[in-house]
Amino acid sequence: MTLSTLSPAAPFHDEGWIRRLEPLLAAGRAAGADLVEVFLERTDHLGVLAEQDTITSVSPAFGMGAGLRVFRGDRDGFVSTNDLSESALHAALDEALAMLELRRNASVGLGSFEGLGNLRDFAVAKQPWLESCPDLTEATARLLEGTHDLERHGSYLQARRGSYARNWQEVLVVASDGTHARDIRLHQTLGLSVLAADGDHRASLSRRFGTTDNPDDLRHWDGESAAIDLCASAATMLYADYVEAGQFPVVLANRFGGVIFHEACGHLLETTQVERGTTPFADKVGELIAHPAVTAIDEGSSNGAFGSLDMDDEGMEPQRSVLIENGVLKHFLSDRAGELRTGHRRTGSGRRQSHAFAAASRMRNTFIAAGPHSPEELIGSIDQGLYCKSMGGGSVGPTGQFNFAVEEGYLIEDGQLTRPVKGATLIGEAKEVMPRISMCANDLELAAGFCGSVSGSVNVTVGQPHIKVNSITVGGR
Amino acid sequence: MEATSSSPDRPLSNRNELTGEQSVGDLEDGHLEAPRLQETVAAMARRAGVRQWDLGAACSSDRSVQVDRGEAKQLKAAQRRSITVRVWNEANRIGITSTSDLSEAGLARALAGAKAASAFGNEDETPAFSPLATAPLPALVQPLRPSLGILKLLATLKEAEADLLGRHPAIATVPYNGLAERSSERIYLNSDGACRQQSLTTASVYLYARAEETGRKPRSSGAVRLAYGADSLDVTGCIEEAAERTIAHLDYGPIPTGQYTCVFSPEAFLDLIGAFSSLFNARAVLDGVSLSSRDSLGQALAVPFLAIHDNGLHPGNIGASAFDGEGTPTRRLSLVEGGVLRHFLHSEATARAFGVEPTGHAGMGAKASVGPNWFEVGPSPESGGGAADLDRFLASRNGGQGLVVIDSLSALHAGVKASQGSFSLPFDGWLIRDGEQRSIDAATVAGDIRTVLQSLLGFEGAAKITPDGLCPWVWVEGLAVTGDA
Repeated sequence: MTLSTLSPAAPFHDEGWIRRLEPLLAAGRAAGADLVEVFLERTDHLGVLAEQDTITSVSPAFGMGAGLRVFRGDRDGFVSTNDLSESALHAALDEALAMLELRRNASVGLGSFEGLGNLRDFAVAKQPWLESCPDLTEATARLLEGTHDLERHGSYLQARRGSYARNWQEVLVVASDGTHARDIRLHQTLGLSVLAADGDHRASLSRRFGTTDNPDDLRHWDGESAAIDLCASAATMLYADYVEAGQFPVVLANRFGGVIFHEACGHLLETTQVERGTTPFADKVGELIAHPAVTAIDEGSSNGAFGSLDMDDEGMEPQRSVLIENGVLKHFLSDRAGELRTGHRRTGSGRRQSHAFAAASRMRNTFIAAGPHSPEELIGSIDQGLYCKSMGGGSVGPTGQFNFAVEEGYLIEDGQLTRPVKGATLIGEAKEVMPRISMCANDLELAAGFCGSVSGSVNVTVGQPHIKVNSITVGGR
Repeated sequence: MEATSSSPDRPLSNRNELTGEQSVGDLEDGHLEAPRLQETVAAMARRAGVRQWDLGAACSSDRSVQVDRGEAKQLKAAQRRSITVRVWNEANRIGITSTSDLSEAGLARALAGAKAASAFGNEDETPAFSPLATAPLPALVQPLRPSLGILKLLATLKEAEADLLGRHPAIATVPYNGLAERSSERIYLNSDGACRQQSLTTASVYLYARAEETGRKPRSSGAVRLAYGADSLDVTGCIEEAAERTIAHLDYGPIPTGQYTCVFSPEAFLDLIGAFSSLFNARAVLDGVSLSSRDSLGQALAVPFLAIHDNGLHPGNIGASAFDGEGTPTRRLSLVEGGVLRHFLHSEATARAFGVEPTGHAGMGAKASVGPNWFEVGPSPESGGGAADLDRFLASRNGGQGLVVIDSLSALHAGVKASQGSFSLPFDGWLIRDGEQRSIDAATVAGDIRTVLQSLLGFEGAAKITPDGLCPWVWVEGLAVTGDA
C-alpha cells in the first residue's frame, strides 16, 4: 500500500483526496462490500452569548472528521473518526468491514470499482463565505444591540439574553458507486430570550431566527422588531392564567405552528420509521390519512430556508417531495439505506449532524400548504377553544403519540380571542389528529428549528398557514 | 481563519509520520497521556506568549450495535478526540477555543483562537483556576473492563431481543434497542501545574419494546442498564424489566381529568428534580434565572422530611467523574436537608462570588456552566420520612378516584419552564383504583415544582439506583392530570 503525504488541512477539492480515497473504496469493494461511502467534514463554529448588556461568552470551535460506511446486502457498518490521516481511514475501513464479517484482500486493485466520477462541486461560489461573515467585533456589537433593544422595549425584565451561532461546514462525499460531491454549508442562528418577573408572576419566552447560506444574515437582522415582538408577548404572558385542561378545538398559528405536522406526521413519513415498524402509515401510500384540506410538502431548495441544502449528506441533490396531497399519502422521505431496506426511492433526504453519525432519512423544509381561508375565518368558526400563537418544542414516541408545548396561548370564546393562557401541552396520536386538521388559512410562513433524531441534530424548517384542529387534548391545570 | 503552525520541541510518537500529521499527547495506542500533553502545551503557550492557560481534553472509543428482529440493524464504532483550551490575556480576560484537531497545528490554532477570543472576555467576571485543582482526588472504584468487540455485542443483543420478543405474544418488535461499550479518557491541565487524568470503561444496554393487540393502540416501554463493561451488564434484568413494564401497559383506558395523588417512579421523580435543578444552581441564581436567590439558603423549600444530595461519588453512579471541568474534585453535597435549602452547586467563579469553595459541578467555558452530577433523594435522617407504610395498592382500596402512578415523563425539553417553576408533561403510567392497576391511555401531568416539593406525602419502598440517581417511589398530592375520558 502506498500512503500519500496529503495534509488533512487540504481543501476537499484537492485532487490528493481522490488519490487517498479511491484505494480505500476499491479495497472495500475488493473485500466483498456492496458499497463503501466516505463522508469527510471540516467545521468552523462561533458561538456568542450576550446577557443584559455584556458579552459573557465567546466560544469558537473547529474540527474535522470522517464517517465511513460499508454496505453488504441490507446490512451496514459505520465507523467515525476525528483522524483524517490515511492510516486512520484504512483502520476505519478495516473495522467497518469486520462488522460485516469481511476482511480486505492482501492485494488490492480497483477490482469492480470503476473510480470516482467527476467532482460535483457545489462549493465553488461559496469559498469566501466564512471570511464574509461578521467578525467577532461586528457579531458582538449586533448582539448587544439586540439585548439593548429588549431593555428599551420590555418591562419587568429580570433577565435578557441574546445568542448568536455561526456554523460553517465543508463536506466531501465519495462512494464506490462513483459518487463524488463537495459542498460548503453556512448556518447562522440568532436567539433572544427574556425572563419577566413581577412578584410571583413569571414569564420566560424566546424567539429564534435562522438562515442558511447567507453570510450577511446577522447584518440584516431586524433585532428591534424581534425585541418588540418578544417583549409584547412577555408582557402579555406575565399575568396570564394557566390553561384549563380538556378537549378543545384549537387554531395553531403559522410559522412554528408547523411543529404539529413535524411531530405528528413528518417523522412517521421517514423511512427510518418504516424500517423500525414504528409508523402507522407504512402501507398507506395512496390512501387518505389526513383531512382533504391537508397538502404537505418537504423540500430542500427554498432560498435561504434553514433546512435547505444543495446536496444531502449522501451527495444527492434534494428532491421536492409531496408527502400528502389533499389528504392522500403520496411519498416517504428516503435515504440510501431507506431505499435499500424499504424500496422507497431516495429523495435527497439523507442527513446527519456530523461525521459521527450515519446518514438517515430526515426532514428538511416541511410545511402544510396554504389553504383558501383567512386566519379570522378559522378563529371565527370556534365557539370555545384555544388559539396557540407561539409553540415550544415537541416530540413523538414509538407508538406515534406526539406532544408539543404552547408558549403563548389565548382562549377563543364566541369566535374571538380573549384572555391569554399559559402552561398548555397538546398531545395526541398521528392517525387521529391528521383527519382533524379541517381548515387551512392562506398565510403560509416558515420558521427555523433544530430536529433531534437517529442521525443527530439537524437544521430544519417547519411551517404552515394558520390551521384549525377540530379537537385535541389540551393538557393544563 | 488560517491555521498557524509550529514545530514540536522534541520528537513525538511516529504513529502518523507517513502523513506528516502528529497528534499531541498521543501514546502509541492512541490514548492520551496528561504529562506529555502538558509538556507540549506549555511549550506551545510559551511560544505564543500565553502565560496563563488551562485545558480539558477527552478521547473515547465507542462500539455499539442495534438489531431488528434477529438481524443486525446498525453497527457503529467511533474514535473521538477533543480539546478545549482557555487562555487569560494581559488584562486578565479569558478566551476559549475547542477543537477535535489534535495535531500540533490544530492545537496551535486553538491557542491562537483562544487568545483572540480573550479580547472579548467579560471584564466583570473572569473565571480563575479552581483553588482545588490540585487537591487530592477521591478514590473511585471503577474497574477497567476489556472490550468484547462488535460481533460479541451483536450476538448478545440478538439473544436479548429474541428473549424479549418471546415474553408476550403482543410484543412484536423492539424498535429502540442498543448495546454499547466505551473506553474513554479525560484530562484537566493548567499552567499552575494541575494535571488530572481519568480513564474509564462503561457499557450500556437499552430495550424499548412495542406491543400491539388486535384492535387496540400500540403500547411501548422499556428499560436501561449501565455497567463498567459489557460483560458485566445485567442484560437479563433489563429484559425482564422491559417486558414487565411493556406488558403492564397493554390493558389501557382513558382517565378523567382532575386533581390526583400521584406516585412517581424513582426515574420520573429524578427527571423532574433534574429539570428544575436550577433551584440549586449558583450560576442560575447569579444570572437571575433561578427560582432561588442568595437569600434562599436556610429557607424551607420542601416538606420537612425531604433530603436531596448531589453525590457523583455514589457507587451506583456508573461512569462517575473524579473531577469537574475546572479540575475540582467531585464530592457529596447536601442540597436540601429537613426540607431546607442548604447549599448551591458551584463553579470556581460562582463559589468566589458566594465566598465558598467550588463544589465540583463546573463545565469548562469562558463562562463556566454549572450542573448536577447524580442525585440522592429520600427522607431526612430522624424526620420519619413523611407518611409511613405507604402502599399504592392498599391506599387505592379506600374509595375515591384512585391513585395515578407516573412511570415515566416525556418531553421535558418542551414542557418544563424552569425559570417559571411550571411544568406540563405527557406521561406513561397507571391508574390504581380498588387495588386494580390499569395503564392510562394518554395524559399529561401539570403543576409547579415549589408546590410539588411542599406537597410530598412520603416515600414508598426502598430507594432504587437509576442512571440519574438514587430515589424511592415518591407520593405527591394534588397534581393536575389531564386525560381524554
